[in-house]
Amino acid sequence: MTQSQPLLEINGLSVTFPSEAGKVEAVRGVSYQVMPGEVLGIAGESGSGKSVSSLAVMGLLSRRARITGSVRFEGEELLGAGDKDLSKIRGGRIAMIFQDPLSALTPVITVGDQIAEAVRIHQNVSKQAAMDRVVELLNLAGIPNPQQRARAFPHEFSGGMRQRAMIAMAIANNPKLIIADEPTTALDVTIQAQILDLLQKAKEMTGAAIVMITHDLGVLAGFADRLAIMYAGKLVEVGEVDDVFYRTRMPYTMGLLGSIPRVDAVPGSPLTPIEGSPPSLTNLPPGCPFTPRCPMRVDICREKEPDLLRMNSSGDEHFSACHRSAEIEQKNLKGVDIFPASAAAHSLIEDLPREGRTPVLRITDLKKHFPMIKGAILQRRIGTIYAVDGIDLDIREGETLGLVGESGCGKTTTIMEILSLARPASGSIAVLGRDTAGMTPRDRFEIRREISVVFQDPMASIDPRMPISDILAEPMVTHGVPAEERANRIGQLMKMVGLRPEHNSRYPQEFSGGQRQRVCIARALALKPKLLVLDEPVSALDVSIRAGVLNLLEELKAELGLSYLFVAHDLSVVRHISDRVAVMYLGRIVETGDASRVFNHPAHPYTQALLSAVPLPDPGKERARRRIILKGDLPSPASPPSGCRFRTRCQKFADELNDQQRQMCMEVDPVLSDQGNPGSDHRAACHYAEGELN
Amino acid sequence: MPPLGIFFLRRVVYLAVVVLIATSANYFLAATALNPRSNFEGRNPAPPPEVVDAQLTSLNLNDKTPVVQRFGHWASGVWHGNLGLTIDHESVNDEMRRRVGVSLRLLLIGSMLGSFCGIAAGAWSAVNQYEFSDHATTILSFVILSVPTVVLAVFLANAGSSFNDAIGHRLVYNTGEYTPGLEAWTSAAIINRLQHLVLPSLVLTLQGLAFYSRYQRNSMLDAMGSDYVRTAQAKGLRRPQALIHHALRTALIPMGTFFAYEFTLIFIGSIFVEKIFSWHGMGEWFVQSIQKNDVNATAAIGMFVAVLVLLAGFLSDVVTVILDPRIRRG
Amino acid sequence: MSSIPTPIVEEPVETTGHDSRIRLVLSRFLRRPLAIAGLVIVLLLFAFAYIGPHFYKWRYDQIDFEAFLQHPSATHWVGTTQNGFDMLALTMRGMQKSLIIGLIGAVLSTAIAAIAGATAGYFSGWTDRSIVALIDLILVLPGFLIIAILSPVFHGRTWLIFVVLLAAFQWMITARVIRSMTLSMKEREFVYAARFMGVPDWKIIFRHILPNMSSFLIIDATINVSSLILAEVGLSFFGFGVQPPDISLGTLIGDHWEAAQTANGYQFYFPAILLVILVLSVNLVGDGLRDALDPNAGSTSGKGSASR
Repeated sequence: MTQSQPLLEINGLSVTFPSEAGKVEAVRGVSYQVMPGEVLGIAGESGSGKSVSSLAVMGLLSRRARITGSVRFEGEELLGAGDKDLSKIRGGRIAMIFQDPLSALTPVITVGDQIAEAVRIHQNVSKQAAMDRVVELLNLAGIPNPQQRARAFPHEFSGGMRQRAMIAMAIANNPKLIIADEPTTALDVTIQAQILDLLQKAKEMTGAAIVMITHDLGVLAGFADRLAIMYAGKLVEVGEVDDVFYRTRMPYTMGLLGSIPRVDAVPGSPLTPIEGSPPSLTNLPPGCPFTPRCPMRVDICREKEPDLLRMNSSGDEHFSACHRSAEIEQKNLKGVDIFPASAAAHSLIEDLPREGRTPVLRITDLKKHFPMIKGAILQRRIGTIYAVDGIDLDIREGETLGLVGESGCGKTTTIMEILSLARPASGSIAVLGRDTAGMTPRDRFEIRREISVVFQDPMASIDPRMPISDILAEPMVTHGVPAEERANRIGQLMKMVGLRPEHNSRYPQEFSGGQRQRVCIARALALKPKLLVLDEPVSALDVSIRAGVLNLLEELKAELGLSYLFVAHDLSVVRHISDRVAVMYLGRIVETGDASRVFNHPAHPYTQALLSAVPLPDPGKERARRRIILKGDLPSPASPPSGCRFRTRCQKFADELNDQQRQMCMEVDPVLSDQGNPGSDHRAACHYAEGELN
Repeated sequence: MPPLGIFFLRRVVYLAVVVLIATSANYFLAATALNPRSNFEGRNPAPPPEVVDAQLTSLNLNDKTPVVQRFGHWASGVWHGNLGLTIDHESVNDEMRRRVGVSLRLLLIGSMLGSFCGIAAGAWSAVNQYEFSDHATTILSFVILSVPTVVLAVFLANAGSSFNDAIGHRLVYNTGEYTPGLEAWTSAAIINRLQHLVLPSLVLTLQGLAFYSRYQRNSMLDAMGSDYVRTAQAKGLRRPQALIHHALRTALIPMGTFFAYEFTLIFIGSIFVEKIFSWHGMGEWFVQSIQKNDVNATAAIGMFVAVLVLLAGFLSDVVTVILDPRIRRG
Repeated sequence: MSSIPTPIVEEPVETTGHDSRIRLVLSRFLRRPLAIAGLVIVLLLFAFAYIGPHFYKWRYDQIDFEAFLQHPSATHWVGTTQNGFDMLALTMRGMQKSLIIGLIGAVLSTAIAAIAGATAGYFSGWTDRSIVALIDLILVLPGFLIIAILSPVFHGRTWLIFVVLLAAFQWMITARVIRSMTLSMKEREFVYAARFMGVPDWKIIFRHILPNMSSFLIIDATINVSSLILAEVGLSFFGFGVQPPDISLGTLIGDHWEAAQTANGYQFYFPAILLVILVLSVNLVGDGLRDALDPNAGSTSGKGSASR
C-alpha cells in the first residue's frame, strides 16, 4: 500500500453521556486512522463504544453527548463543525449504513424517493436524472425489477433487500468512506453472505475505504485489512488482520477468539469461556477495565490503565494495550496457555448405541398450516401459510439434536407445536412414547414435568417483577411440590447453574445477561425433565459469555442424562453442541444425520451453501474459501415453489444441472432418503445430492 | 373494484349497521327513562286521564302502549323521513333543521382553527423542546385542559363583557347568535354575526389547541428521535429539512385518528357553550328535551349524534389514508 | 462424569433491588416541583373538604336568616347565597362529593378496563371480537348523552348509580390500549414459559400480565380521576348528575353561574376556581407519576376527558 495521507484520522476521541446513574463514559480516548481504500474492522461487544465512536465521527449523536478530541477527514476537522458544513460531507464524501434497515428508512416515503433525495442533495441534477440514477443503483445492488421496486415502501422489502437499498443509497454519491454499523447482524447467514459480497463490490466500484463495525469476528476475518478491538470504551488491540488473529497479544482478544465456537472445529473440543461480563461504563474503577476477567492480571493492572503500545516483532503496525504484552510476545503465548480449558463433559449414556436408547421425542410427518386472514371484525381467509409441512424428528435419551435453519424455515413453529402438546392437524407428536393426540388436559399437565423450555432472550423470559426464588418456584408450585422441598430444590438448582444460593431474593435486573440465562436454565430443570427445548439460548448474549453458558449446558446434559432439542440459526454453535443435526428449509427437513458427518460432508446444496456462508474467525481460511452465494430471497411460505422447494435459490440447479435434470427438480418433490446407502443415519432430500454419504 | 374502494365500502356498511343499533338503543333508553306523562300530571288543574292518554298517543308518547310498538311507529316514520312530533306538537324535522344550522355555524370555525393551531403549536413545541415557547405552550395547554368547558365559557363571557367596558364600546357579544333587526347578508349583519361568534369560538379554539398540541408534540418527539431521521441527516439533509420532510410527515399520521375523537368532545362541549352564550342550537335543544321529557326529540338528537360520530370516524379513516401512503397499497 | 461447575465469582450488576425500585420512582417524582405541588394541593383540598367542616361554624344545610346574599365577611368568609346558605360550607360539602366520585369512578373504570382489555387480548377469538364490538358500540353514543337521558332514573336515589354510570362510559379507550398491550405481551417469552409450565390462564393474566402494566394502570387511574370530576361537573351543571339535596361542585356551578357577571360573582368564582385548582393538581400528579414510572413514555395514544 502506498504511503499516503490518512483519509480519516481520529485522535483522543472521548464521548460522555449524562444519565440517571451518573456519567457514562462511552468512549475514552480513542485514536485510529483509516487509509484510503482500506477496510478497517472495529470489533467489540456491547458497551465497547464501537458504534458511539462512529456516530461521533458523523456528528449524529444526541445533543446531550459531550464529545472531545479530534476527528479529521481529508484534513478537515469535523468535531465542532456546524450542521451546514457537516451535512455537505455526510452522504457525499462519508456515507453510513445502519444496522436495522427497517427502522432506518422512513416508513412513509418510497425507497426510490429516499435514495433520490440522497442524490439530489449532493448533485445538482433534475428529478428525472436522479430517478434514473436510483434505478441504476438498485440494479447494481442486485435488486430485481428496480423500476418497480423504487416505488415501493420499506416495509414491502425483505430484510436483505432493504439492506441492499441502504447500500445503494450509501454509494449514490461515490463516497470516499463508508461506515457500516453492524450491517449484517440482523440478517440470516446466507443473506449476510450476499450483503458482504455486495459491500465488497461497492468497495471495488467506488474505491471507498470502509469502516466495518461488528461483534462478529468471523465476518471481519474475511473482510477487513486491519482490525481494531474495543473494550469498555477503549482500543485494546489494533493491527493487520493476520496479526490480530494469529499473533494476538492481548488477553481479551485471546479469550474472545478461544470462546467462539467454530464450524470447522474438532468435535468435542470445549470452549474456553471468559468469566465475568463486560463492565458498566459509569464509575469505572481505575486500572485496566478487563482486570476482573483477565487470567493474567497482576497488581499493576488494577492501578494503571495500559496504553496502546507498539509490538516489536510482528508487522510494524500492531498495537496492544496490556501491561504484559511484551511478555506474551516474548514467550509467544497462545489463548490455550492463558485461559484454563475445561475437560469435555461425557456421560455414560452416550456410550450406548443410539438404537438402544429410549426415544424421548418422536415426531412423524408433522404439519402446521396457518390461514392468512384479512379483516378485523368480518374475517376472510385469503390463503395458507405452510409453516411446517411434514417433518420427522427423533430424539433419544442423552442426545442433542440441533435444528438449524434461517428465519422463516418453520423451526419456531415446530417447537411451539411440540411445547403446546396439542394434537397436531396432521402427523403425530410422541413425548416419552406417549402420543399427544390421545392426551387429556390432565395428561398434558403431567407430561409438562418432563419437557421444558429455555428461550432466546433471558430478559423477556422472566417476569421482571418476581424475585429469583419465585421464578424458580413457579413450576414447582404449579405442580404441587410441597414448600419445604421447594426451598431445598431452589438452592440446589442455583448451585447447579453456577449462581450463589444467597442471591435468591434478588431481582432479574440485578443480574447480567448470562446469569439471567442461567436462571432460565435452572427454572427449566426444576422438575427434573427428560427433554429440554432450547430456542436460540445464546444468540442474545454477548460473545464472550456464550461459551460459559454452552459449557454449562453440556455439563448439565452429561450429569443429568438430559436430551436437548437445540434450535439455532448459528451453525457454529450447533456444530459445537449437537450430536445430531437436522437442517430445515421452508417447512421441511432437507438433511439430517450425525453432526460431524453432516457438517463435514454436507449432501444437500442448501446445507453446503449454509456452511460456506458461515464466516470463520480465521483469515487464512477465509481468504482461501470458495463461497457459495445463494440467489435471491426465501420464497414466501404461503406459496412454496413446485417440486423441490429449494430450486429457486439452488446453486446446483442454476449452475450444474442440465435441462432434463432441472425438469425433475421442478416437478417432483424430493423426500428424505439415505441416497442408496441403506442403514445410514445421514439422509438428504435432494434428487442430486452430493456423493459420499457414508 | 380497487382494494381501497372495497375498504371504504366495508366501512360504510359497518357504520350503517352500528348507526342502526345505536339509534334503536337510544330510542329505547329515552322511551323508558323519560316520563312525558308527568308533564301533564303536574299541571294545575290536572287534566282528566283520558285527555292525557289521547294527547300522549297522538304524540306516540303513551307509556301504556308497549315500547316496542312505539318504536315500530317511530322507526317507520323515520324510514319515511318523518322524525315525529315534539312534546309541544311541533315538527321535529323543522326544529332540527333550524338548530343544526346554528350549531354548525358555532362549531365549524372554532374547531378547525383549534386543530390547525394545535398541530402547529405541537410541532413547534417539539422542535424547540425545553425552550421557553415549549414550556409556555405546555403550561397553557395543561391549564386549559384542566378547566371544564362551562367554566371556560363563563369566564370568557365575563372577560368579553369587561373588555367591552374597558374600551367603552360593545365590540364582542356574549349573548345570542346575532342582534335581531339587521337586514340579512349586509356587511353590517355579517360583522354583527362575527362579533357574536368571537367569544364562543374562542372557547372551542382554545380547547382544540390544548388538545392537539399535546398529542402532536409527543408524536413529533417520537418521530424526531427515530432512526430514520438520523439516516436522513446521514444522507446530508440539514436538521430542519430532515425534521420537516421526514419527521413531521410521519408524526402527522396519528392525528387522523384523533380527529374522530376530538369531534365527539367538541359536540359535547357545544352543549355548554350554547347554554352560556344563549345560542339556540342542537346542544341547547338536547338539554331542554330531556328536561321536558320530550322522547321523540331526544331520540332524534341521539340519532343525529350517532350519525355524526360515525361520519367523523369515517372522515378520520379518510384523513389517515391520505396521510399514510402505506395503507393505500394495502 | 464431570464435576459440578464452580460458582461464578462475578458480582451482580446493580445493588438495587425491588425496594430500590420504589425508591427510584419516588426520587424521580420528587425531582419535579410541579408534581410535588400538585400532590400537596390535592391533599390540602382533601383536608379542606373533609376536615374543614369540623372547624367552621356554618354547616352546608344551615340557613342564616339574617344574611341573604351577603358578600364575603367576617361571619361568612365567602358570603352567602340567595337562600341564606353559607358559600364556604357549601363548597366544602360539594368538594367532598366531587372528590369521592372522582376516586371511586376512576378505580372502577380502570378495573373494568383492565379486566376487559386483558381478557380480550389474551383469549382472542370470539371473546376478543365481542368485547371489541361492545367497545365500539358504546363509543358511538357519547356517555354524556346516555347518562343525561338516564338521569330521571336515579332521581331521588343514591348517587352511587351515577358513579357507576360515569365509570361505565370511561373505560373503553383504556381497555383498547390494554388490549393491545396484552396482545404484544402475550407473545413475550415469559408468558410462553408460564403457559408451557402449565400455569392456568387466569393466573397468567393476574400474576404476570396485569402486574407488568401496573405503571400504565396507575397513571390511567390518576388521569381518570380528573376526567371523571370534569364529567360530573358537566352533568350536574344541567341537573343530570348529582341530584338535590346532594351537593357537588357541579351543582354549585350550575346554580350560580348566572351570578358570575354580577356583583355577587363570588358564588360562582369560588367553587369554580377551586375546581380548576383541583383538576389541575390531579393532572400534575398524573403527569409526575408518568415521568416517574415510565420516563421514556411519549405515547401518542391517550385520552382527553369525556366532557369538559
